[in-house]
Amino acid sequence: MRPPRRSLSGALPVWAEIALLPLVNIALAFIVVGLIVAIIGVDPFHALRFLVVGAVGSSESIGYTLYYATNFTFTGLAVAVAFHAGLFNIGGEGQAYIGGLGCGLAVLALDRWLPAWLMIPIAIAAAALFGAAWAAVPAWLQAWRGSHIVITTIMFNFVASALMVYLMVNVLIAPGSMTPQSRTFAPSGRIPAMHDALQAIGITVAPSALNLSIVLALACCVAVWVFLWHTPWGYALRTMGHNPEAAVYAGTSLRRMTMLAMCLSGALAGFVGVNELMGVHHRIVLDFPAGYGFAGIAVALMGRNHPLGIVLAALLFGALQQGGAELAFEIPTITREMVVVIQGLIILFSGALAHLPRPWLQILFARRAS
Amino acid sequence: MDEAFSFIFLMLASTLRVATPLVLCAMGGLFSEKGGIVDVGLEGKMLMAAFFAAATASVTGSAWAGVAAAIVAAEALALLHGLACITYRGNQVVSGVAINILAAGLTVVLGAAWFARGGQTPPLVGDQRLAPLFLPGAGDNILVYAALLSVPLTWWIIARTRFGLRLRAVGEMPLAVDAAGLSVAWLRYRAVLLCGLLAGLAGAYLSIGQNAGFSRDMTAGQGFIALAAIIFGKWRPLPALGACLIFGLLDAMAIRLQGVRVPGLGEVPVQLIQAMPYLLTMFLLAGFIGRAVAPKAAGVPYEKEH
Repeated sequence: MRPPRRSLSGALPVWAEIALLPLVNIALAFIVVGLIVAIIGVDPFHALRFLVVGAVGSSESIGYTLYYATNFTFTGLAVAVAFHAGLFNIGGEGQAYIGGLGCGLAVLALDRWLPAWLMIPIAIAAAALFGAAWAAVPAWLQAWRGSHIVITTIMFNFVASALMVYLMVNVLIAPGSMTPQSRTFAPSGRIPAMHDALQAIGITVAPSALNLSIVLALACCVAVWVFLWHTPWGYALRTMGHNPEAAVYAGTSLRRMTMLAMCLSGALAGFVGVNELMGVHHRIVLDFPAGYGFAGIAVALMGRNHPLGIVLAALLFGALQQGGAELAFEIPTITREMVVVIQGLIILFSGALAHLPRPWLQILFARRAS
Repeated sequence: MDEAFSFIFLMLASTLRVATPLVLCAMGGLFSEKGGIVDVGLEGKMLMAAFFAAATASVTGSAWAGVAAAIVAAEALALLHGLACITYRGNQVVSGVAINILAAGLTVVLGAAWFARGGQTPPLVGDQRLAPLFLPGAGDNILVYAALLSVPLTWWIIARTRFGLRLRAVGEMPLAVDAAGLSVAWLRYRAVLLCGLLAGLAGAYLSIGQNAGFSRDMTAGQGFIALAAIIFGKWRPLPALGACLIFGLLDAMAIRLQGVRVPGLGEVPVQLIQAMPYLLTMFLLAGFIGRAVAPKAAGVPYEKEH
């Protein structure tokens, strides 16, 4: 007898849909990671212990975990805002890069004249503006010329990279420097490190790369939540994502909504530049987006495109990034790229193969019901 | 005069060398996209194939074993893409992105664990590499000719065979194919597997033909340039070949024009030439150079009605 047909879109209880299915997806990803670790000859549980201790074992490692999580929050929110509008922004990498260029240029131009309380907001605005502008071109091409945003955002990542190399090597390089990096930002163009800020109010923590950009990240989470679920624009944006025809019928201009969603997305991605350049490097450097833009897709998928979920996913990814670095240090056969493998597998299992465990769960629930 | 000839010959040879993986990848992508499966994961498949080609060639000492391993590796990822996009009707772009990221990480993780050279494979020598066939020094190994041959073959299969007709139908209107009693899923799986085969050859060419070993991220965006070439060629094999050759020529020029002052233009930034394939494709997509229309059902999972 053939088994009964199970559909991939069949309903599950609400709690299973929201919590169980995503958790099963993540678990599958980590089982495969464990297999890969075992294949290269390392005991997975042994590796897991190093990973956890490396991520949260000391106040320094917690600081780094939160610093990485800041970047993942920005790019995760960026991908999520576009997702809600039914748009797939793969250009986070390039938008982060150009956003960094924006805040870097603002700081280089003004840091000798402006005090920090004026300089930092201007630079943050510049990061948002440049990131948004870099996303606006693919958005315009999709809205007015009908070209697909996935392709154009991919292309723009490469164009951003070429542009930055050109600018850093030929224009922005500090005089006398052998490596392509700009001059150091003056103190007014730097975002205070968390350990310094906490020191000022009498709390001592170990120095790390964590800086006050994390406050900006949390503010962005709240702002995105308010925007998407408590403003008419956010409502129109989500309507477009669910059903473009209904959105048109309700009087929404799809073109303007596409521009709005992508510009917001690009601005959020651009804030990676704030955390990296103003918070840590204190100069413009090459290759600082380092895959955060792509990882944002994993963060958004795992966080189910909700700011709260994104914060949780970003924390996990931050812990993986930091713990992975420590793991690579402790066990030489494992390299830092293991984290990249985990990101890929999470995108695979929580995104493309999200429906894989659904039939299994349906059987489970059907059995319990009968 | 002689000098001009030798210059042209050298440029032609280096254009062809650069264009070979692009052509193989583009033809693979064509099969997939014609069948309605968008493949953003060409880059990842090629990278994984390049790694397994070099790793196998280095361990067994045979370039042919390397080619076989490359095909197996790329087909494994192709099957994964098929499973996600066809069987489980997942998002095709998400699946492609996942494959790219997975390949970027896994090649380095496995390479570092197996060879302890920071993600590189040991340098390949002698029989571990594909040898030039006719012109010593020109790097014309068998995969260069395979790439050139793949273009008319792809055209013939897509335009002149029964499978090709059905493939085009499944990429434009799968419902009609289903109604005719054919399996949409099986047709699409075959398209994805053909894509894997060609991307595998492209990867093998990179690590055991053009270069002597695998190095991390050695595909460096060529899978995306191949994707651009498909769009630039408006989803037709011959124009896609043309686009690959133009992109290859740009790359060959970028190396030669480094630091050279062009009369009337001044020094052309190398980065501008490197970004040209992407910029040209953007212009095309913007509708400034004709119109590129993708297969209608590309990117849309097919759900059989009951």
